[in-house]
Amino acid sequence: MTCLHLLLTLGFAVSLGTPVEIQRPRGVPLTKKQFYEENKPFTCLDGSRTIPFDRVNDDYCDCKDGSDEPGTAACPNGSFHCTNAGYRPMFIPSSRINDGICDCCDTTDEYNSGAKCENTCKELGRKEREVLHKMAEITKEGFLLKRQLIEEAKKGHQEKQSKVTDMQENKKQLDEKVEALRTVKETAEQPEKEAKERHLKAWEEQKAAIRLEKDKAKMAEAFLELDDDADGFVSVSELQSHAELDPDADGTLTEIEAQGLLGGAEQVDTSTFESVWPKIKDKYHSESQPEEPAPVETPPDEVKEPVVDNDSEPYPEDDISEEEDEDDEDEDDYHEDDDKAPPTVKTPEKSDEDDEAMPPYDADTQALIDAAQKARDDFEEAEKALREMDDQIRNIEKELSFDFGPDAEFTYLYNQCYELTTSEYIYRLCPFNRVSQKPKFGGSETNLGTWGSWSGPENNKYLLMKYEHGTGCWQGPNRSTTVKLTCGKETVVTSTSEPSRCEYLMEFTTPAVCQEPSNADLSPHDHEEL
Amino acid sequence: MAASCESLLPLVLLLCLSAQAVDRSNFKTCEQSAFCKRQRELTAGRSPYRALLDTLELSDSRLTLQLINDNNKVRLLLELYRLQGNMTRVKINELKPLKPRYEVPDVLISDPITEKLSVVSQDENSLVLSLGGKDQRLIISAQPFRLDIVEGPQVLMSLNSRGLLAFEHLRARKDTSISHKISSTVGSMWDSFKSMFSSKSESEQETEQENVEQQTDEDGQIKEEEDKPGMWEETFKSHADSKPNGPSSISLDFSLPGVEHVYGIPEHADTLKLKNTDGSDPYRLYNLDVFQYELHNPMALYGAVPVLISHSTDRTMGIFWLNAAETWVDISSNTAGKTMFGKILDFVQVSSEAPQTDVRWISESGIIDVFIMLGPKPADVFTQYASLTGTQSFPPLSALAYHQCRWNYNDQEDVKTVDQGFDEHDIPYDFIWLDIEHADGKRYFTWDPSKFPQPKEMLQGLMDKRRKLVAIVDPHIRVDSGYKIHNEIRSKNFYVKNKDGGDYEGWCWPGNAGYPDFTNPEMRAWWASQFAYDQYEGSMENQYIWNDMNEPSVFNGPEVTMHKDALHGVWEHRDVHNLYGLYVQKATADGLIQRSEGVQRPFVLTRAFFAGSQRYGAVWTGDNAAEWGHLKISIPMCLSLGLVGISFCGADVGGFFKHPSAELLVRWYQAGAYQPFFRAHAHIDTPRREPWLFGPDNTALIREAIRQRYALLPYWYQLFYNANRTGQPVMRPLWVEYPDDVTTFSTEDEYLIGKDLLVHPVTDEGATGVTAYLPGKDEVWYDVHTFQKHDGDQSLYIPVTMSSIPVFQRGGSIICRKDRVRRSSSCMENDPYTLYVALSSQGSAEGELYIDDFHTFSFEEAKQFVHRRLSFSANTLSSRNLAPDSQFSTASWIERIVIFGGSQPSSATLKNADGTESALEFEFDSTLAVLTLRKPGVNAAADWTIVLR
Repeated sequence: MTCLHLLLTLGFAVSLGTPVEIQRPRGVPLTKKQFYEENKPFTCLDGSRTIPFDRVNDDYCDCKDGSDEPGTAACPNGSFHCTNAGYRPMFIPSSRINDGICDCCDTTDEYNSGAKCENTCKELGRKEREVLHKMAEITKEGFLLKRQLIEEAKKGHQEKQSKVTDMQENKKQLDEKVEALRTVKETAEQPEKEAKERHLKAWEEQKAAIRLEKDKAKMAEAFLELDDDADGFVSVSELQSHAELDPDADGTLTEIEAQGLLGGAEQVDTSTFESVWPKIKDKYHSESQPEEPAPVETPPDEVKEPVVDNDSEPYPEDDISEEEDEDDEDEDDYHEDDDKAPPTVKTPEKSDEDDEAMPPYDADTQALIDAAQKARDDFEEAEKALREMDDQIRNIEKELSFDFGPDAEFTYLYNQCYELTTSEYIYRLCPFNRVSQKPKFGGSETNLGTWGSWSGPENNKYLLMKYEHGTGCWQGPNRSTTVKLTCGKETVVTSTSEPSRCEYLMEFTTPAVCQEPSNADLSPHDHEEL
Repeated sequence: MAASCESLLPLVLLLCLSAQAVDRSNFKTCEQSAFCKRQRELTAGRSPYRALLDTLELSDSRLTLQLINDNNKVRLLLELYRLQGNMTRVKINELKPLKPRYEVPDVLISDPITEKLSVVSQDENSLVLSLGGKDQRLIISAQPFRLDIVEGPQVLMSLNSRGLLAFEHLRARKDTSISHKISSTVGSMWDSFKSMFSSKSESEQETEQENVEQQTDEDGQIKEEEDKPGMWEETFKSHADSKPNGPSSISLDFSLPGVEHVYGIPEHADTLKLKNTDGSDPYRLYNLDVFQYELHNPMALYGAVPVLISHSTDRTMGIFWLNAAETWVDISSNTAGKTMFGKILDFVQVSSEAPQTDVRWISESGIIDVFIMLGPKPADVFTQYASLTGTQSFPPLSALAYHQCRWNYNDQEDVKTVDQGFDEHDIPYDFIWLDIEHADGKRYFTWDPSKFPQPKEMLQGLMDKRRKLVAIVDPHIRVDSGYKIHNEIRSKNFYVKNKDGGDYEGWCWPGNAGYPDFTNPEMRAWWASQFAYDQYEGSMENQYIWNDMNEPSVFNGPEVTMHKDALHGVWEHRDVHNLYGLYVQKATADGLIQRSEGVQRPFVLTRAFFAGSQRYGAVWTGDNAAEWGHLKISIPMCLSLGLVGISFCGADVGGFFKHPSAELLVRWYQAGAYQPFFRAHAHIDTPRREPWLFGPDNTALIREAIRQRYALLPYWYQLFYNANRTGQPVMRPLWVEYPDDVTTFSTEDEYLIGKDLLVHPVTDEGATGVTAYLPGKDEVWYDVHTFQKHDGDQSLYIPVTMSSIPVFQRGGSIICRKDRVRRSSSCMENDPYTLYVALSSQGSAEGELYIDDFHTFSFEEAKQFVHRRLSFSANTLSSRNLAPDSQFSTASWIERIVIFGGSQPSSATLKNADGTESALEFEFDSTLAVLTLRKPGVNAAADWTIVLR
């Protein structure tokens, strides 16, 4: 118990039928056997001191580097070597010697702890070989697929390149065409514009003449109406019967006021009335026409102030309903405004002459317009075609600009999406585009990130994809997803997880990351140490 | 883990977004708490209370006396007890309450043993009693009523010296008939309850009846007390408190002449030394789930221990105010002369300039029941308090090791990966924790079937690594007819009731939840039974429990807790509130003991606590944040808890809310490694922060901090054994060991572990040095990392790097370590010890070594342990048995002995118990005067002596 003294692993050791082991102190790897010569003073491997050989593995740490205790837990920085015949040899920290936990499959780490360990090296070796074999198979087939992918990508790339070249050629032609059509259009539009202006001007003149006529007729009519005694004069008193003409709007048209309107005269004849008429025509109400009723102003409903509860409620369910209520109210108000909007202020009666539409263009003008319209249509069509062409070129160029791997082996993932359904969600990975998550049983989609960059380790950045700037998280970052790529025959999302809140991890197999199998890797079982 | 806001409902998110720190408006100020406001409006002055000395009754163990309030003629009954161990108990209740008032059960471990009280002298206005000891006297002054405890010519403490005794008697409501009916219903329930249990004889009851009549006779001249707002109902925000019993609060003041430093009354995120509360709110004791609590604030937090410790160079004393209702404590400074008058001036001489601290306690209901612990030394106060409420439970060793927690480890795979991560990075840990997401829909005692489909497989995987797991079990039970736990509690009628008699329901993690009535012993027994392996499916012996949210937290309740008019049997929640969390942890710990048929020591962590909670497990400081200020405050918060019995305390390493910088995380690990409960924890919305996620340099720093913890586990374990036996705190303020050194009285940036290790963690960002105060004239301290020797009684500037954790071992001490750190504490159980002998300036040292099986009750029940005294003097180191009647065999041995501060010997001889002798090899480092004895190899349980020549 207290002193474990010198312990040598013996050749036949614990396991049955394993090849002969060379005698050396416990925990020493074969490569270092030479430093541990029995019965000769031992020098710490760092050279710091020399101790008698019986202090090697005596369960007391003498060397700073821990080299005197390869087979005990005495040194904090020591390590123990297990041979693990049938499997892979390994080093474990000294602290795992006799700690009651079986670490070495050959059980050699637990020689004095009472832990019941079984030698599992053969089993592990077999399993590992199986796994490696399977992996090798997958890698092999995957790599073949990858080569195809590379081929296809190459072809696709060339096709796209030449397509772009073609398109750029076409685009040039289109450019020219557009320019030509622009000239045609502009040429056609000049005469069109002039003809239209001529037509409009004629129409304006005609309208002015008509308006003058009408005013004269109205004046004559008014004169007749005002001239109550039909004596051919409109007198002050006759004018006073039209109270609406009151210039100071005090409700009565006084004699003086009326006289003022008549230019100081007691009465005016038709020709003098011509100078009075402009002063009164705007106010004048024809006696034959009923007075226009003033529009009834319905005041808009007072906008209801939403009732704001200042007492902030700390309790979830209350608050929720309150919030919702407020929202509802707001919306209601909005609709009410729409429905009950006050009648828009009526525009004054259109005068008769405005009702009359402009007469149609004459045939010559119309012909010019038609010709110009056609030139415009042609031009726009060509321009649209050019824009579309531009878009296409840009899209292809964008695609060509992506880093699809050293041999463009990831090209095939572009424009594709892969889904994985878990118990709660459907996850969707659209490589080089975005990752999203949608609840399986209804609910809106959440963006888990859009394409950011390759972010694998320096020696192979194509093992990880990073998607960033997804939907924001409460008190947290925007969602992001790391996609880990492993070699596989199929292209599938194999798992998703959220190791940290709003930071997702997706595992994805694709042949595109399969490495060329080396022959050595295909027979991976001769690392056994003698 | 968590506070009231979470992803439960989208709106809560909105609320939280705006809440960067605590939303103070969710919690009452004294002004908003009707009784606190009423009481605080009373100011110091002449007390209306008069002691009726002619009603004195004195038996061997008890003195009773009636007090009368001259304003309303209501009589109170004063009971005085002299308790064994230099304590006095003062109880004041109504002489004849309308119905019984709540007296806190289950906190005292037993009826305290009384000692004889005798009358020394008496006159018409005073009574002097002997408290034994050195001239200790208790003086009762009749008018105005006050109590003074004096020792010789010194007043130690005065009660009601400022006239703030105020006892709101129960009364019938005058106006509304409805509430009267309710209270009379409860009253009649009481009558029947009482008649079942009352031991009073008929005649006694008759006498009481007479008293009441007599009192009524006097009523003629009494001016009726006016009702004040908030006496019969109170609203806070949208919550109404129906208060069917009306006003019932109590208050009493204590004056401490000569005292300038008072401590205790946790839990507050505040300094160790309590602050003067004039002009601010009093310290509040009301267990609450406070979301993102603020520092340096007297607001209530998750737990409450109504114990205040006073200290001066003359004496250390304690006041234990045994009341579980909402309580406020005012602290103010005074000069002693102002409160000394009357009879006591015959006894004492007072300088009017002498400092004094006045303390006033206010509680909402219950009775006045105070234990005055008279010290005189800090250790005496701890012993006295432990004799009342018990000592710290002795945790299994692994619970003192490192705990890895996060809200949440997502699934079994995650648990496995984290477990492997520790091994890959060669970092030890003992416990991995599962927060609320592990349960199926927050139904505790169950497992989420998709994330944890095979819990036993997971637990077995951990067991194979000699590690353990903690799963959370909260006291809010999802109301769900498909949930066995809920159905059973409902059918057994074990839920807390609302004021109308239905099951009380509130919102918590699972949504609508019921709250089991843990004050009911039958309920607790049933709860405990649910931890049996055949009840709690998927549980195994390496699974332990964590009780969170046991304030109780009720998201939609007033102040995020239960309505005060909810009912626990006949008592209102108002009466029992601060006790609820203690009962939850007690029932859970009982369950863990029972599932192992009494063999295994339990480990249960709780967030809410009360006086006595130390008996049931560990406490942590709740939902802190990843900020330097929170790292700093963890020290005074745990020191305050240690002073009032709760030694097993820790803060979430790294900070619960927010994302710590690598520097803060490393510093927190370094500090946490030297605090009793050492657990990293993180909020679900924070990025992952397992120790290896901050780059190899930081991983190495964290590994080293955790390894230092593991190496020191024997010392921690021995201190917890000691705490369990004696009630002495594990983590101590400096003044506890250096009570005469005034410079230590406010120190809270460093502390002692036991009495032999002084820790000054680095808690400042970018720190390049710390100034540590090394106490003790004629003492020496040794830096445990560099072995450098420093003199005591000095402030020492210590330059620090990121790897520095300033820790010093006291000269004169021997500390045992296990320097072979392995991946869990269980893996180290048989490993050898290294003894670190730090010599005093006189060349001597002492220490202890305690060993047992590290996890069962055999140490207690079968005396299966090793307890040894190690001492070094006159160049001889020896190990001697401290418990000859105990027996335990250990495989551990003594690997190495390192002696600091000695000189080079020419030989070292080991003498075994059987008389055999052998020479030991040694090395001596003359620059640091460190002597290392190579491999004594003796068994740790053996007697041996080593002589240096």
